[in-house]
Amino acid sequence: MSSETLKIALTGNPNSGKTTLFNALTGLKQKVGNYPGITVEKKTGKAILSEKVLAEIIDLPGTYSLFPKSMDEQVAQQTLCNNDNEDYPDVTVVIADATNLRRSIFLLTQIIDLNMEVVLALNMVDIATKKGIVVDVNLLSRELGIPVVAINARKRKGIVALKELIIDSIDKKPKSPFLEVAKLFKGVIEQANKIRGVENNFASFMALCKQKLSGEIDNRCALNQLCKKEEIIPERAQAKETVKRYAQIDKVIKSTVKKGTPTGKYMLTKKIDDVLIHPIFGYVVFLSILFLLFQAVFSWSAYPMELIDELFTNLQQFTADSMPKGMLNDLVVNGILAGLGGIVIFVPQIAFLFAFIAFLEDTGYMARVSFITDKLLRGVGLNGRSIIPLLSGAACAVPAIMSARTISSWKERLITIMVTPLMSCSARLPVYTLIISLVIPADEFLGFNLQGLVMMAFYLIGFVSAIAIAFLMKFIIKSKERSYYIIEMPSYKIPDWKTVLYTIIEKVKVFLFDAGKIIIAISIVLWVLSSFAPGNKFEQIEQKWAGIENAEMQISADKLENSYAGIIGKSIEPAIKPLGFDWKIGISLLTSFAAREVFVGTMSTIYSVGDDDIRSIQKRLADVKRQDGEKFFTPAVGISLMLFYAFAMQCMSTLAIVYRETNHIKWPIIQFLYMGVMAYLSSFIAFQLLS
Amino acid sequence: MKILADLSIGAKGEMLDISDNLLEQKLLEMGCTPGEQFEVVRKAPFGGPIAILISSYVLSIRKEDAMNIVVKLLENE
Repeated sequence: MSSETLKIALTGNPNSGKTTLFNALTGLKQKVGNYPGITVEKKTGKAILSEKVLAEIIDLPGTYSLFPKSMDEQVAQQTLCNNDNEDYPDVTVVIADATNLRRSIFLLTQIIDLNMEVVLALNMVDIATKKGIVVDVNLLSRELGIPVVAINARKRKGIVALKELIIDSIDKKPKSPFLEVAKLFKGVIEQANKIRGVENNFASFMALCKQKLSGEIDNRCALNQLCKKEEIIPERAQAKETVKRYAQIDKVIKSTVKKGTPTGKYMLTKKIDDVLIHPIFGYVVFLSILFLLFQAVFSWSAYPMELIDELFTNLQQFTADSMPKGMLNDLVVNGILAGLGGIVIFVPQIAFLFAFIAFLEDTGYMARVSFITDKLLRGVGLNGRSIIPLLSGAACAVPAIMSARTISSWKERLITIMVTPLMSCSARLPVYTLIISLVIPADEFLGFNLQGLVMMAFYLIGFVSAIAIAFLMKFIIKSKERSYYIIEMPSYKIPDWKTVLYTIIEKVKVFLFDAGKIIIAISIVLWVLSSFAPGNKFEQIEQKWAGIENAEMQISADKLENSYAGIIGKSIEPAIKPLGFDWKIGISLLTSFAAREVFVGTMSTIYSVGDDDIRSIQKRLADVKRQDGEKFFTPAVGISLMLFYAFAMQCMSTLAIVYRETNHIKWPIIQFLYMGVMAYLSSFIAFQLLS
Repeated sequence: MKILADLSIGAKGEMLDISDNLLEQKLLEMGCTPGEQFEVVRKAPFGGPIAILISSYVLSIRKEDAMNIVVKLLENE
């Protein structure tokens, strides 16, 4: 065992502290990937259990039972129920909330009945005790027939004991099933065992209830016939089994848990809820939080952004001076460093935004937001649960669209997926920030930062258009399926700062490395396209201006216009001229289709080529002049450009995710087209009205 | 016998039956078994979801779904 890596699956109800325990066990040794073929996020991490034993921990999606109702719950079932699954665990750790033991151990008892090696990590026993709920951990362990350990994941208590128990549990299966399912259906389970060729009563019961376990397709017919012969209706059988299981759990709870009066925490939650889900104040608070969020993201991150800007300007200057002059110098300074600076500068804003979202989710506030918005969202074809994808869409549409999986109604989920990319994601933030700083004065308006207000207005435009489009789609997309909304409202808690911190680190890493790679590649391609021209065009330009003094600016402008990039930009200029854009912006629009944030890097590269004066992109763009000598970036151009970015579907990753989530090429195409039309029309109207 | 959707905030009751298969299975698994006691703690504005305290946690469901849940009224506020 010593040289081998142990496979540990971590599972439990949503809100049971699973992610916190995962972080406590693995620290920063985490990896986020996808399950093969589907986009459910797969989080794994390495943990050292003892000097000799290393383990790979798989964080399974939160679930209430092994009978999945949504796609992410299905992942948990498939991993735990198929011993030929590549992630099938050596030991499973179930985390349960001690303040909510009855419901939390339901899933555990199903896993016991699958005859798997399992350990119960009882979270928040100390908090339960304060609430008057006293759990006899040793007795519970004896009653369940499996090892139980009390932990506090937030305070990192009991983690060592849990690790020891995991090692002890290797190859030790539960002594007996928790519920004798065979007794509930006389003789039927035994026959199902025979058909399946496996002695596992609960697994056979699951198969009878039409759960897709390994190799079950071959037995499907025989099992269906068995159901018919014995008059077993899967839905009824499942309901009967669930009720019996809870009756058995109630017996265990009765002997192991002493309950006092629920005081303290729930009462506090109740008091907070009096305000936060109040018919009027609830909405006021929600809007105020959003308002604060965008003001904060904009003004708090200004300082670190200035620092990064200065750092990169100095770095470019230093590199330009210390490297030998020539092509390579130009490539490093104006191609790579200019592009890189354009990415790194947005790290502070992305970090703040994700910090806020992680904070709102970790405190339990998101569930309240969905509670007070379900009715309103349902009116436009969405679901209270859509609020999480929609708000996460303010960070990034890719994980946001993935989080729409918790919506069980296909129609509501599809509409959520279709409109989430309209929410202003963090990739639009760099574009907005740059343009706002160019065309909107940094004045105060009614005591608020005017730039911050414009920024918030653009976020509102995104939200309002998402709602409007959802409303339209409600009538277009047909579905007879019933939708439902069942959600737990967890007690409020102070967020686990480490969990919030890990989320920020993870998201910033994704932005820097995944998006960064594309941006650097495009920066280099752009530099090449704008530094070379067909034939001997550049020489002709040099000759034309030869002998004329102070013509450097004119030469570089002419060169850019005649370069490959210039040719491409010019060819699309007629189409974008009515929007107020020139061919330089045209190039940026095209490159943005890889990812929106590329815009800043592209602008930065295009306007740097041949410009010896090293300045920040803001200052450079502010000096761009039209032919009549006026500033090019007028409010009309700026607003038009921002509207284009607000609506256009310029993100290949999002389109790819939409295709995978909807499983049909038609949806990403429709999305791309409707968003493109909106972008073009709104930019056109805005520019024509404002200029 | 009463319908859960008709209860007012503060009312206490006992689960009896859920007359919708999909809803029933989901709610049973979350601990809403027949005989389990609960209290209506919250109703969202504009006829939105209702929240009940059951099995020492707060569960919220749509009013329309609560119309399919038959309960026994134990105590009215």
